[in-house]
Amino acid sequence: MSVSVLVKLTPRGLQCPPGDFYIDPWENVDCAVLTHAHSDHARTGSRVYHAVRDSQRILEHRLGSENNFIWHDYGERFALGPVTVSLHPAGHILGSAQVRIEYEGTVWVVTGDYKRQPDPTCLPFEVIPCDGLVTEATFGLPIYDWPDTDDVAAQVHQWWQKNRALGRNSLLGCYALGKAQRLLASLEKLTDEPIYTHTATENMVQIYRDQGVTLAPTLRVHESTPKLAGALVLAPPSALGSPWAKRFGDAETGFASGWMQIRGNRRRRGYDRGFILSDHADWNGLLSTITSTGARKVLVTHGYSQELSKYLVEQGLDAEPLSTHFQGEGDA
Amino acid sequence: MRRFLTLFQEVDATTSTLAKREALATYFRNAPATDAIWALYLLMGRKQKRLVNRRLLQDAVLEMAAVSPWLFEECYAVVGDLAETISLLVPQRAQGNVDVSLQDWMEIRLPQLSGTTPREQVDLLQSWWREHNRDEIFMITKLITGGFRAGVARQLMIKSLADAFGQEEPYVTEQLTGDWPVTATFIESLREPVSGDVRIPSTRPYPFYLASSIQEAAREDIDLSRYAIEWKWDGIRAQLVRRGPLVAIWSRGEELISDSFPEIVQAAHLLPEDCVLDGEMLLQRDGKILPFAELQKRISRKKISEKMLGTHPAIFLAFDCLERAGVDLRGEPQSIRREHMEQLLHNSPSPFHVSPLLQAKNWEEAAELRQQAEVRGGEGLMLKSWDGAYKQGRKRGDWWKWKVDPMTLDSVLVYAQAGHGRRATLFTDYTFALWKDGALVPFAKAYSGLTDAEIQELDAWIRRHTLERFGPVRSVTPERVFEIAFEGIGLSSRHKSGLAVRFPRILRERFDKKPDEADTVERARELIDGRTQDLTLS
Repeated sequence: MSVSVLVKLTPRGLQCPPGDFYIDPWENVDCAVLTHAHSDHARTGSRVYHAVRDSQRILEHRLGSENNFIWHDYGERFALGPVTVSLHPAGHILGSAQVRIEYEGTVWVVTGDYKRQPDPTCLPFEVIPCDGLVTEATFGLPIYDWPDTDDVAAQVHQWWQKNRALGRNSLLGCYALGKAQRLLASLEKLTDEPIYTHTATENMVQIYRDQGVTLAPTLRVHESTPKLAGALVLAPPSALGSPWAKRFGDAETGFASGWMQIRGNRRRRGYDRGFILSDHADWNGLLSTITSTGARKVLVTHGYSQELSKYLVEQGLDAEPLSTHFQGEGDA
Repeated sequence: MRRFLTLFQEVDATTSTLAKREALATYFRNAPATDAIWALYLLMGRKQKRLVNRRLLQDAVLEMAAVSPWLFEECYAVVGDLAETISLLVPQRAQGNVDVSLQDWMEIRLPQLSGTTPREQVDLLQSWWREHNRDEIFMITKLITGGFRAGVARQLMIKSLADAFGQEEPYVTEQLTGDWPVTATFIESLREPVSGDVRIPSTRPYPFYLASSIQEAAREDIDLSRYAIEWKWDGIRAQLVRRGPLVAIWSRGEELISDSFPEIVQAAHLLPEDCVLDGEMLLQRDGKILPFAELQKRISRKKISEKMLGTHPAIFLAFDCLERAGVDLRGEPQSIRREHMEQLLHNSPSPFHVSPLLQAKNWEEAAELRQQAEVRGGEGLMLKSWDGAYKQGRKRGDWWKWKVDPMTLDSVLVYAQAGHGRRATLFTDYTFALWKDGALVPFAKAYSGLTDAEIQELDAWIRRHTLERFGPVRSVTPERVFEIAFEGIGLSSRHKSGLAVRFPRILRERFDKKPDEADTVERARELIDGRTQDLTLS
């Protein structure tokens, strides 16, 4: 028996036709459900936004509190037209959610961005049994196999200490929302020295702390910060090549991302060091998730959607790619 | 091998030349000579053999990882490196507690792969992979594929060895020129030079002296009357070394190319013993120098047939004498070396010629000569200070090259392929096409000439404008026009366009041109016909 499909891709984004709402739309719509606050998923301009309460501070900070938000607890069921919707932890960043959609006895889950590795800064991914699943595939190839977060944090710490011995600053590019806090949470076990942060990073750090996440101590870099030597500085990747970064002198640069698993990427980006750290699921994370939801129909989006769906079909699953207009393979 | 792996990672991870130099020096200072010689061998890019074919490697991985061949292909296309792909796909279990020395790998383990059955080879590979961690698997597999490269420039290697062993750079440079022996003793000899004459009697060449491009501004400081002016020939730069009973011809890349020029080697035995000439390998038929494309046929053949000797006769055009009667002349001024060369080749056998001197009283006359070179198939002019010594490498001041302007054609981007190594995840290998009978036919591939930002932009555009995929190659909407520069153009039956170009590179994008305004194959052929190819030696 085939699974009736409750979502479809339209030029405005992923739509749930019976409920007439969109998930992370890229154009203005009447009713939007947001999975998380990264800028390629959360955009201003829609009339109403449904999102999880844990993401309130972050979303209001990023999109502006004047937007018409409706906040829900994780697991809370609400109706959008004839459709029952609920939001569940996705393990991607603080306040990230999967969207569960139930209509006429059929259940679909849209994972949004997610990961399966432990992350002390957010609730772990919840496996939700469903008939149909929309999964991401940013890292949907078997070459992506993440090392333990604690090992990566230890590498970062070692790198910092080595540079410090030479009197050099360590400038680490990592996303201001999610990645930076996850690193700070892991570094907290290794050091009680303050770690310097870019303003964009620090803003998010404050919100995380306010929501009760324990992070290593941080100091925001500002105009009056004295000249640093041997410091570890976390900044969004875009700040690394900017005039802002000049104040750190001849710093060693690093980049923390899943893409750093590939040597060619490490070399091409021109950073001194690459650290393998992603807030997306790796190959095994994707496969085990898909299997454990029990979904009979799988739609694959983002990244290696062609490859992952072809593999799933080979394993006997009904799967196909759901093309998106996210052409770039942006990391988050 | 762990020490070598650490060195590789240090060198690989940093963009700082200084840091690389320190890492290399530290390694060579501390590593046992029996390992260091192999490290040197690999870092200097000496020839490595592919020990098993790709298919077998792939089979061995597929057996261990639950991956089908097409998925392996996809992974390989993304990673861009076979050994790395394998290291990422082999299931990780080992913590890497086994350390086998680099010497043992090179001399004992890897040779075990030869002369065994495919099944035994697969078993060996899997047992090695099983006992090592990911980074080690990468290195081992690199060695097995014969594709190890570390991005250590020759000069950097020389400086690092000089640091490590407390030697002068010229000494190290000389020792590393030509085919040095792959023995621990050789490392020892770098550490502790043998007193007296350090040159081992062999056919090793001297380090080549390379000319710098002359910029407009520099011309004002040059008094032409103090310079020898010669044609810059479009051939293969080479040193001809005659020592004792031995003769060798070395290319500028320090490859032994004697086998490609048997008649020159034979004739060189008639030269006086113990001499070294620097010059250009060229082909000459009926008094005319043949285009480079013809010369290429000589080097691409494994064995030179009698027929080829007749249709593609080679000459050695000498322009310098570095050694005569066993005496190193490199410190002598150009004028004296030239005299030695002329005496040495006086009455010499026919394949040897002396590079003719040209006359120009001023820059206007020189510019006219350069113009002639362009039409007649030369590469431009060489200017050499009569007072200058023969130096090592590209040292500015005494030797200048004044090349002819490259030829250019406007062509349309039609195919793209991901690069390898550093560029593996980007489309950086482009194929360009010209019009012929209303269709676009590919005529050149180019990889260089764009900035990183331009590459990024083009990469994103290619992804959005892919028409078809052929394995790793994508065809794209023929929309974007690029000006391609190249050094030479010739007819070729191997290419669809019937053309082959030399050193093609992207000059710029022609935003002002629509694809139908790109050049035609006919126009390209006019470039060939416009050249008389009659540069002669007289």
